[in-house]
Amino acid sequence: MDSLHDLGGKQGFGQVVYPWPPHDEIWEPTVRALSACALRNHIYNMDEMRHAIERMAPRHYMSASYFERHLTAIATLLVEKGVTTREELEALAGGSFQLSGPIGPGRPPAEPQSFEIGETVRVKNEYVPGHVRMPGYIRGKTGVVIGITPPYPFPDAAGHGMQVPIEPTYDVRFRSRDLWPDSCDDALNHVGVFQSYLERAES
Amino acid sequence: MADHVTSTTATPEQKTAAIEMVLRRHGALADGFIEDFTEHADDTWVTANGARMVARAWTDPAFRARMLADGTSAAREMGFDFPEHHRHLVVLENTPDVHNVIVCTLCSCTAYTIIGAAPGWYKDLDYRARVVRESRTVLREMGLKLPETTEVRVWDTTTDTRYMVLPVQPPATEGWPAGKLAQIVTQDSMIGASRLDEVKG
Repeated sequence: MDSLHDLGGKQGFGQVVYPWPPHDEIWEPTVRALSACALRNHIYNMDEMRHAIERMAPRHYMSASYFERHLTAIATLLVEKGVTTREELEALAGGSFQLSGPIGPGRPPAEPQSFEIGETVRVKNEYVPGHVRMPGYIRGKTGVVIGITPPYPFPDAAGHGMQVPIEPTYDVRFRSRDLWPDSCDDALNHVGVFQSYLERAES
Repeated sequence: MADHVTSTTATPEQKTAAIEMVLRRHGALADGFIEDFTEHADDTWVTANGARMVARAWTDPAFRARMLADGTSAAREMGFDFPEHHRHLVVLENTPDVHNVIVCTLCSCTAYTIIGAAPGWYKDLDYRARVVRESRTVLREMGLKLPETTEVRVWDTTTDTRYMVLPVQPPATEGWPAGKLAQIVTQDSMIGASRLDEVKG
């Protein structure tokens, strides 16, 4: 989905806060442990977790800290999986508990195909309403495969709780000036891209 | 939303406690899990792991070759582990003319069992938005001035493959033993926000 989590290349942001100031919130490690607990109990998977974060209302996403986003996603999934209800959560928390927006349908992977190192590929010009791990800045762009990494569950299906085959991913190299012509620093941009997101291109 | 506007928003602490209670009632959360997990994460998934890999790569050419060919096996060889969903570690070799830098624009993925939990700036919106498009500018603002001739390679962690940078060994440290070298390797240098140029002999 094209929401504000897809930050790569967005303009108007400021200087990176670096070094990051010391920070010690006791609830944050607890959130990390609770998230691990829910994952290990297979209440949801990592793609569902990421998609639940993406489904946060844009204003909420932008104003929430990293661990507040995680809190929202865990709570949303616990409600959606029937482990609790929003009413119960709010009663236990003693206040309102904003959850992520509703989930829509996922999608199955594309027909299997394969690419080789050195091959020129294009990222399909797709607009996916659900979970997708293709950052918007490579949509429709052409690059070269420089690495093949192990297969992973196809996130567009896994993020919606569908049972799916795993598929290969590719490290694809783009030129920054092809991604943002005349409006970027010169660099080689590498993105891990699922096979289903790619199509063959003329080199 | 209208039925919620009159109540106060729960604090993160209250929300965390509510989720903890729900998981406990569900039977998913065992007594002591939070404490045990936190202790394990804080003690085991530390920057020193990656630093030891880097120091060994600087002093052991055969290990360096194995690490660049298969980072996962090289990490396991040194006794380090990965969560179930991290299936591959790619080690990116810096040279005097090539600089690698890692980001996760869509969330905040990192090889946290190897380089330690991601620093706050890595997870913040400014870094995620800007470093892919303004890599040299962002790195310069963070104190790393790269010559125009340096090739910058940005790596966006969009799958469950994880990346770490193998920095160039500072010339002043030639001949140091691996144990001493490991102490100069910072988390930032394994993300690519620094090059250890400041290290003097």
